[in-house]
Amino acid sequence: MNPSALPRILPGLRGSRALRWTHTRLGQLQRTFDKALPQTHCPLTAAFYTSSYVPRKKVMFPGALDSEYTHELRFASNVESIPTYQVMDTDGKVLDAANDPQVTEEEARKIYKNMHVLNVMDQIMYEAQRQGRISFYMTNFGEEALIGSAAALDPRDQVFGQYREAGVLLQRGFTIQQFMDQCYSNEKDLGKGRQMPIHYGTKELHFQTISSPLATQIPQAAGAAYAMRREGKKLCAMCYFGEGAASEGDFHAGLNMAATIGCPVIFFCRNNGYSISTPSIEQYRGDGIASRGIGYGIDTIRVDGNDIWAIYAATKAARKIAVEQNKPILIEAMTYRISHHSTSDDSSAYRSKKE
Amino acid sequence: MVTPLACQHRAPARQIARLAKRLYSSAAEINSFEPVRGMDLGVAHSKLLLRSVASVQASSELQSLGVADSDTKKMNMCQAINDAMRHALSADNTSVVFGEDVAFGGVFRCSVGLADEFGRERIFNTPLTEQGIAGFAIGMAAMGHTAIAEIQFADYIFPAFDQIVNEAAKYRYRSGNQFNVGGLTIRTPCSAVGHGALYHSQSPEAFFAHVPGLKVIMPRSPIQAKGLLLAAIRDPNPTIFFEPKILYRSAVEQVPVDDYMLPLSKAEILKPGKDVTVVGYGSQIYALENAIQMIERDMPGVTCELIDLRTILPYDAETVINSVNKTGRLVVAHEAPRTQGFAAELAAEIQERCFLRLESPVQRVCGLFVPHPLVFERFYMPCAVRTYEAIKNSLSY
Repeated sequence: MNPSALPRILPGLRGSRALRWTHTRLGQLQRTFDKALPQTHCPLTAAFYTSSYVPRKKVMFPGALDSEYTHELRFASNVESIPTYQVMDTDGKVLDAANDPQVTEEEARKIYKNMHVLNVMDQIMYEAQRQGRISFYMTNFGEEALIGSAAALDPRDQVFGQYREAGVLLQRGFTIQQFMDQCYSNEKDLGKGRQMPIHYGTKELHFQTISSPLATQIPQAAGAAYAMRREGKKLCAMCYFGEGAASEGDFHAGLNMAATIGCPVIFFCRNNGYSISTPSIEQYRGDGIASRGIGYGIDTIRVDGNDIWAIYAATKAARKIAVEQNKPILIEAMTYRISHHSTSDDSSAYRSKKE
Repeated sequence: MVTPLACQHRAPARQIARLAKRLYSSAAEINSFEPVRGMDLGVAHSKLLLRSVASVQASSELQSLGVADSDTKKMNMCQAINDAMRHALSADNTSVVFGEDVAFGGVFRCSVGLADEFGRERIFNTPLTEQGIAGFAIGMAAMGHTAIAEIQFADYIFPAFDQIVNEAAKYRYRSGNQFNVGGLTIRTPCSAVGHGALYHSQSPEAFFAHVPGLKVIMPRSPIQAKGLLLAAIRDPNPTIFFEPKILYRSAVEQVPVDDYMLPLSKAEILKPGKDVTVVGYGSQIYALENAIQMIERDMPGVTCELIDLRTILPYDAETVINSVNKTGRLVVAHEAPRTQGFAAELAAEIQERCFLRLESPVQRVCGLFVPHPLVFERFYMPCAVRTYEAIKNSLSY
């Protein structure tokens, strides 16, 4: 296409920079079309291919440039489930030496200690709520391995959580006293006693204040990541959410925007099988949340959410891609919510003790 | 004007222009071309617009800001908004403008030339998702950047309602002031345009005026739009800036080219009077101006005080109260539907603060409580005639 024809067709593009961009883009399209031209060898059919008509193998519409024409009427559906990355066996032994996390003993001890502290703190605070000391609490039983993702981040990476990320805060250095201050809404609470328990937030540790509406943090994380990209400090945003929150419109909006605009954000889905009482089979019908990432053009990985080194390795690799290439990554961590949803929930109402 | 068939192919341009008058439009009175009862109505004939350099120099508010004597340029409202964004982008390197179709210039041309000047990294298109746009803007503002997000029509702001109400408005409060989204400004075209019908004509300011933590602004003219938008962008609170779209081209003034900010939460008395206070904002101001002209012509000796609220939340109650304490009568007008519209808030507040001074009930002239119609828009709108009637009722109570 002759670039000098552009002003007539697209009158808005008078600026030279916009014009150059369009010209480059049209050149790319042109080259894609040229590559798609088939070679005709058959003498019989060659007669049909006059110089004015050449059938194209690839679709010409700008919406799907790589799609090829097919004459088979077939509806695409999910055939293969995305595999789940795992590093250790159930005894904690690293199965493939190439996957060894390469952390120091000091770091490994810190992570292990934080997993225990989280577990014990949850037990005590659950009891505290039952005793009437605090109004509400949410435990993290079964999801302690999330701490591995926090260990893989830079301490200045901005964290946007949902509500079951107390482990991330512990790993970052939030003290037991600070946890208590927020849960008891006392005068030392950083949030000034304005929110229900477990709605933690700390500017010092780059952990955005938790809010109750679900999935609202997802497009916010994309925006924050874009701001960090503009600052050029090679930092990323880390966005946690559950598989239920991934049904919200904000999930779709956030991932699509991160992919199209180019935001260094890691979307970390904790797929723990339940949204309060709703099991995942009632939450979605596709191949988990990971399959959706592919739909948005986002590089995706599924990991064993109870394997701390798998989470650690995936997050570390994701961070590198996000920060160096300014694009989002989706990690789906498969785990199980051992606890009740919160102190206001009794999960024996919808699942058996045996489960 | 009927042209004989034989001459039609040679009809001069002027005749064609008159024939081409938009017959489809409900012809919002604001753009009425024909004089009514000998009076010239609408924005085109408004005396409130500062069309000459002399009128700009005479403006006391612009004098107090020090821009009354600066260079001016004839601009319509969309050019003034474009100019304001240019100033904001030049002064603040963290500021970005984004939304649907803003990169090429915007569907209303408000962002023309910005992408060329500041680059596609700062002026960019987003996918079609208002909740995404609002959430993304909140995320950028939470990092201390200045996010100027555009929602293509105010009618489509509702998918973003959760992000705006539950997140943006409460961000600072819920974090104990550790985080805030003061750098967030949402710009959106609003109000009737004559042919917009249900989904291109709404004025949803009342929904947002009910949210603690937000600021809501609606300008009436190019000079106001530029100054208020710059103030909104730089205000350390999340702000929604409603732009009456019918004024984009029809309101033209000599706008100071300098960077200036008009005060937020400060109403402006456009015309002093002693008998009745008339309050409005946005494009409604011109209907009110016409109604007042008709009243003052039909009832000699009566003078009406016209107030432009400018900022709807937090609104300047003091100016209205002082005026009502002087006149004893109040008429409030807005395009949005009557029930639970912003006039209800103003009426309740004034009757509480000025009860014994009021000589007549507070009159509300609003859109009818129906969805915004197309062919019958003329009956829906709180036009100059309905306002005239309300003022008359107030005066003769």
